[in-house]
Amino acid sequence: MKINRRNFLKCSLATAGGALAAPLISGGGMLGESAVASGSAPQPGLSQVEAKYYKKLEDKEIECELCPRKCKVGDRERGYCGVRENHDGVYYTLVYSRPCSVHKDPIEKKPLFHFLPGTDAFSLATAGCNLNCKFCQNWEISQVRPEQVNSYDLPPEEVAALALETGCKSIAYTYSEPTVFYEYMLDCAAAGRRKGIRSVVITAGYIDHDPWMELIREVDAIKVDFKAFTEEFYHDVCRAKLQPVMDALTDLAKSNVWYELVYLMVPTLNDNPDDIERMSKWLVAELGKNVPIHFTRFTPQYLLKNLPPTPVSSLEQARKIALAEGMNFVYIGNVPGHEGENTYCPGCKNAVIERVGYQITRMNLKGGKCQSCGAVIPGVWN
Amino acid sequence: MAKSKVVVIKSSSVIGSSAKVDSEVLGHMVDQGLRLLTSVSTPEDALLRYFEPQDKVGLKVNCLAGPMASTHPEVSLAVAGLLKKAGVKPRNIIIWDRSSYELKEVGFPVNVDRDDLLCFGTDSPGVGYSSELVDYRSIGSLVSRIMEQLTSAQVNIPVLKDHGLSGVTCSLKNWFGAIHNPNKYHEDGCDPHVADLNAMPLIRNQQKLVICDALRVQFNGGPSYHRQWAEHFGGVILSEDPVALDFVGYGIIDRIRAENGLPSLEKAGRKPQHIFTAADQEHRLGRASLDQIDLVQKTL
Repeated sequence: MKINRRNFLKCSLATAGGALAAPLISGGGMLGESAVASGSAPQPGLSQVEAKYYKKLEDKEIECELCPRKCKVGDRERGYCGVRENHDGVYYTLVYSRPCSVHKDPIEKKPLFHFLPGTDAFSLATAGCNLNCKFCQNWEISQVRPEQVNSYDLPPEEVAALALETGCKSIAYTYSEPTVFYEYMLDCAAAGRRKGIRSVVITAGYIDHDPWMELIREVDAIKVDFKAFTEEFYHDVCRAKLQPVMDALTDLAKSNVWYELVYLMVPTLNDNPDDIERMSKWLVAELGKNVPIHFTRFTPQYLLKNLPPTPVSSLEQARKIALAEGMNFVYIGNVPGHEGENTYCPGCKNAVIERVGYQITRMNLKGGKCQSCGAVIPGVWN
Repeated sequence: MAKSKVVVIKSSSVIGSSAKVDSEVLGHMVDQGLRLLTSVSTPEDALLRYFEPQDKVGLKVNCLAGPMASTHPEVSLAVAGLLKKAGVKPRNIIIWDRSSYELKEVGFPVNVDRDDLLCFGTDSPGVGYSSELVDYRSIGSLVSRIMEQLTSAQVNIPVLKDHGLSGVTCSLKNWFGAIHNPNKYHEDGCDPHVADLNAMPLIRNQQKLVICDALRVQFNGGPSYHRQWAEHFGGVILSEDPVALDFVGYGIIDRIRAENGLPSLEKAGRKPQHIFTAADQEHRLGRASLDQIDLVQKTL
């Protein structure tokens, strides 16, 4: 069933922050999808679009090549992410055109502070994720299977059209993990581009090299959730590995796409100042001092409800360490009103953008330069 | 300590030449199996060892691999018939798995509203999963509300198969179908996740009996169906001890593999470690060695 565009537009324009009309339950409606192999197919209501980045093995088995997990998936089975399924040796994405969450958000919410500030992003996500972070703030969509959530039927051209009609300057692939809805994301980015809408990706960066390089070429900004700087944390808390994310960041640094980092600080687990210092040194050496990083406050959620929220003092200490190591744009996130939300000129140290939460309260930036001293402030400003 | 009894009943005529299950032969196998397991004279009295007439009994089947590699409906219907004879009301018997779609695909009589034996999936309207996460050892999952709210006891009716990651899928792994996110627990050969899940109080306390469908055993390439590696074993395996049953099932798979020129699961790099983890001191879910198992084998 198609989303009712009239209702969506009415609701998103009427409601501050762009909350959605109630999602429609998908049930059939295979718009623009390729034919499936005979004999076996994903169940009705799930998409039947062949996935990219996999290879066929013997006896109908496949090996996914989208992320470092390299899931070997037998017939009728799914990968770790829960949203890609093998039928008769053909691997399908089950979530193409099936977002379960669609909102209009300020770009600062992603957070992206140096990319089209003050604009809105048409934000969407499907179910699924290729990690299982115990602190996940969106586990109710990331850690479920697509048949367990209500989803829209929203093809890429519709995404682009709605983004344009609602005044959004970008489409954001966010909330869950867009790596797992890779094909849909790519096609939405292409559709957006045709209408002059840019694309931003909010990701854990747990993705293989080839799909990552293709994605980087197709989008305009990426925000990477850099979970920690230890393999132990990645293994114990996220069920993943650190090294592939570091590799992805190194690739990103060589590209032209704008990117920022978020470090969600979880008390007792990834707040060790020595690790923050090591990470900061690595970031400056490998990515450069101008990559923005947001040390963000954790709130108890999912499987870590036993921990307290991050003390603001821990975030401030991390910020201090990163600045001391030479990083120029170090923010504090999820603490509305904190001075760490502002962008400061690395030259004269004056605030060039002042913010409270997602709102810009003052801009002292012109043509991408500090109005006080003329220093270039890296970013994509228009 | 008393050994765990595992009964293996076989019949060469339970699957006919048309690959259909002979319900009469199957019923006889289940009857005999229950008598041998409990040493009780009638199968319905045998079931009363585990269930009371006022119980709401779930029959957890495994339908994810389609008609050729899933629990045969006839096995669960045979058990349901005996439960009715034991005094459990038909509306208090639920044949279930994660998905009504998959149940239908295998040939189960999906029913939610007729005044008869119930059969439906967790995905049925109004069912779904628990609202609160169960956070237990390595498991962080929502549990099917069928188990959480609609049943007080379970007969686990798995199918015995090889599994590409865990080595064996049988009674212990069948509970992956009771949680919302089994895809998150297949790393490291599904270990210790399978054992941790079975140790979860809801599952540990509700599961009373395992009656395993070993009519057709997928001894390689599982859990999906591959004709060249499917053997008409013609068996039903019964036990109160899911670990012991799975251990016996592991032996059966390895034997069939050897007969077909395939390496053992261990040599193939897929030793089902989860069975041994389930038996360890931390989990204590059952017995995983032959000297602790009273194996009774009978061919009808």
